[in-house]
Amino acid sequence: MRREWSEAIVSAVFSLAPVWAVLGALLLGGVFIAAAGINPLDAYGVLLQGAFGSLSGFGLTIQKTVPLLFAGLGVAFAFRCGLFNIGGEGQLYMGALLGGWLALSFTDLPAPILLPAVLVASFIGGGIWGAIPGLLRAKWNMSEIITTILMNYIGFWFVSLMLHGPLQESRGYYPQSEILPQASWLPIIWPAARVHVGIFLALLVAAAVYVVMWRTTIGYQIRAVGSNPQAAEYSGIPVVRSMVLAMFVSGGLMGLAGAAEILGVQHRLSDFFSPGYGFDGIAVALLGYTHPVGVTLAAVFFGGLRAGFNAVQRTEGLPLALAQVVQGLTLILVVASVSLPRLRAHLLRRKEATGAARSD
Amino acid sequence: MLQGLIEFFTAAFFAAGVRLATPLIFSAIGGIFSERSGVVNIGLEGMMLTGAFAGVVGAFYTGNAWLGVLIAMAGGALMALIHAFLSVTIRGDQIVSGAAINILGLGLTTYSLRIIWGLQDKPRVAGFAVWKIPVLGDIPFIGEVLFQHIPLVYLAFILVPVAHFVLFRTSWGLSLRSVGEHPKAADTLGISVLRTRYICVLISGALAGLGGAFLSIGQLHTFLENMSAGRGFIALAALIFGKWMPVRTLAACLLFGSAQAAIVRIPALNYSVSPQLLSMFPYLLTLLTFVGLVGKTTPPAAVGTPYVKE
Repeated sequence: MRREWSEAIVSAVFSLAPVWAVLGALLLGGVFIAAAGINPLDAYGVLLQGAFGSLSGFGLTIQKTVPLLFAGLGVAFAFRCGLFNIGGEGQLYMGALLGGWLALSFTDLPAPILLPAVLVASFIGGGIWGAIPGLLRAKWNMSEIITTILMNYIGFWFVSLMLHGPLQESRGYYPQSEILPQASWLPIIWPAARVHVGIFLALLVAAAVYVVMWRTTIGYQIRAVGSNPQAAEYSGIPVVRSMVLAMFVSGGLMGLAGAAEILGVQHRLSDFFSPGYGFDGIAVALLGYTHPVGVTLAAVFFGGLRAGFNAVQRTEGLPLALAQVVQGLTLILVVASVSLPRLRAHLLRRKEATGAARSD
Repeated sequence: MLQGLIEFFTAAFFAAGVRLATPLIFSAIGGIFSERSGVVNIGLEGMMLTGAFAGVVGAFYTGNAWLGVLIAMAGGALMALIHAFLSVTIRGDQIVSGAAINILGLGLTTYSLRIIWGLQDKPRVAGFAVWKIPVLGDIPFIGEVLFQHIPLVYLAFILVPVAHFVLFRTSWGLSLRSVGEHPKAADTLGISVLRTRYICVLISGALAGLGGAFLSIGQLHTFLENMSAGRGFIALAALIFGKWMPVRTLAACLLFGSAQAAIVRIPALNYSVSPQLLSMFPYLLTLLTFVGLVGKTTPPAAVGTPYVKE
C-alpha cells in the first residue's frame, strides 16, 4: 500500500514537468530581480496582481494570450511533422501584410464579408511564407531552420518597405498604414476588460488543430512523417505534400497571430508591431508539449507573464526584458525535463533494488 | 556603367567587407567545431550577443580592451556550457536548446544593460587601434583592403588555417570528426564522445563570444540592444554553405560581409535605393546562395543526435 502511494507521488511529480519548469524559471528569474536590488516577492506580487488581479490586467493577459496561442499552435503544428518553424515572426508580418492590404483595399465591404476575408488572407499570406521553406526542406532537404530564420528578416523588411511606400498613411509621417476600416476589426466582446473576439477564435482554432491532427487522415499522415519520415515514405504516405502542408498551416496560424494583433488591438499595420510573438510561439508550443490543450495553457501563462511584467516595469522599474529571461529559462528547463523519465526509471530501479534487498 | 563599378568597388568597400566578415568568421568557425563533433548549434546568435555584452562589461570595468575580449569569450562559453549540458549530458533537443539560448541571451543582455546603465546612459569603452602591417600595409589597394585593420581582424584570418590544421592534420581533429560522424566507432576506439563534444561546444561559444566582442568592443565601442542582429544565423548559413570546411566557410563569410558593406556603400554614392530594401539584401543574398546549393551539402552524419553509451 505504502509503496503504491509513493509510486503515485513519483508519477504525479514527474508528469507535472512543465509546471516545475515554470516554477524553476520564476525562481531563477527571482535571482535576476534580486540582483537589481528589488525584492523578488514584491515584484512577483505586482506581476500576479498585474496579470490576473484586476479587470484591466486580466483583459491585457487575454489580449496578449491571443497572438501567443496562434503562434504556439503554429510552431506545434510544424513540430508534429518533425519540422522546426523558427520563421514565425516573418510569417506573422507577411500574414498581417496581406490581410491589412485586403482590408485597406476594400473599405466598403460589410463586416460579415470583410472580416472573414481578411482573416483568410492573413492565413494565406503567412502560409505561403511558411510553405516555401517547407517545400525547400521536403524536396531538397534544406534545413528549414536556416531558411525560416532568413525569411524572418526578409519578410519583416518587406513589410517595412511596403509601409514606407504604397501602404503608408497619407500623412506620410510614420511607417504605418491608415487606420483599417472598422468592418475589419475584431469586435470587442467584453468592453470593461477590452477583450476582443479573437480569444474565442483562437480557442476554436486550437480545437480545430486537435481535430485535424488526431481525427483526420491528413493529420495522421503529418504525424507519421513527423515520427519517422522513412517509414512514412515506405508505407506510401505523401511525405513532400505532408511537409509542405504542415508548413503552410503552421505559417497560416502565424499569419492569424499577426491578424489578431492588428485587427484586435492596433487597428493598423505598422513596422515593429509585433514584440516577437513569432519567436515566443516556440516557447509556448514546447512548454505545452505541442498539444493544443497544453499550448492553450502555456499561452495563458506567457500572456500573463507579458501583462504582469508590464505592471512590474511600471511600478518597480524593472526592464521588460525580464519576461524574455524567464521565457528563455522556462524553455531551458523544458528541454532539461526530458531527462525526467530517465531519472524516474533510475529512481524506481534503485527502489526495487533496495526493496529486494529488504525482503531478503 | 564601368565608371560606376569602379566608383563602387573601391578599396574602402572591400576593406569594409573584410571588417564585416570578421564576426561571421569567428562564429562560423566556432560553429564548425560544434557541428563537426555532432552538436547542432543554432544558439550561436545568443552566444555572440552574450559575448558582445560581457566584453563591454569587461572592458568597461577593467579599462582594458583585451581583457574585455577574454571576458567576452568566457561569456560566450558560459552560454555554450548550458547548451552542452542540455544536448550532451541531458540528451535534450539541440534545436530547442539553441533557440532557448538565443532567447535567454537577448533577454539577459537587454535586462542587464538597463539595470547597469539605465535607459539613457551607454557604456563607452576604448576599442583597438588599427595595426597597419609594415610593408604589406603600404601595397596600393591590397594594403588598404587586408592590412590596415584592428588586431581582431587578423586574428579571424589566422584562425581559419589554424582551424583547418586542427581539424584535418591533428589526431584530436580526427577524433572530433569521428565523434561527429560515427560516435559509436569513436567510443570503441577509446575516444570520450562526451568530453570531445563538450570541448567543441565550448570552443564554439568562446569563438561566437569573440565575434560578439568584435562587434561591441571592436566596432561600436559600446553595446546596443540585440546588436548581433542575426549575424549568428548568417554564420550558420555560411558554415553550411562552406560545407563545414574552414576555408570555404571563410569565402562565404567574405561574400556575406561584402553584402553588408554594400548597404553602407550604396547610399554613400547617392544611389536612391530604399533603406528597407538594403536591409533586406544580406539576408536575401544568404537565402539565395543557400538555395543555390540544393542537394549539395552533407552535414556530419551524427549531427543532432545525442550519444547514448551502451
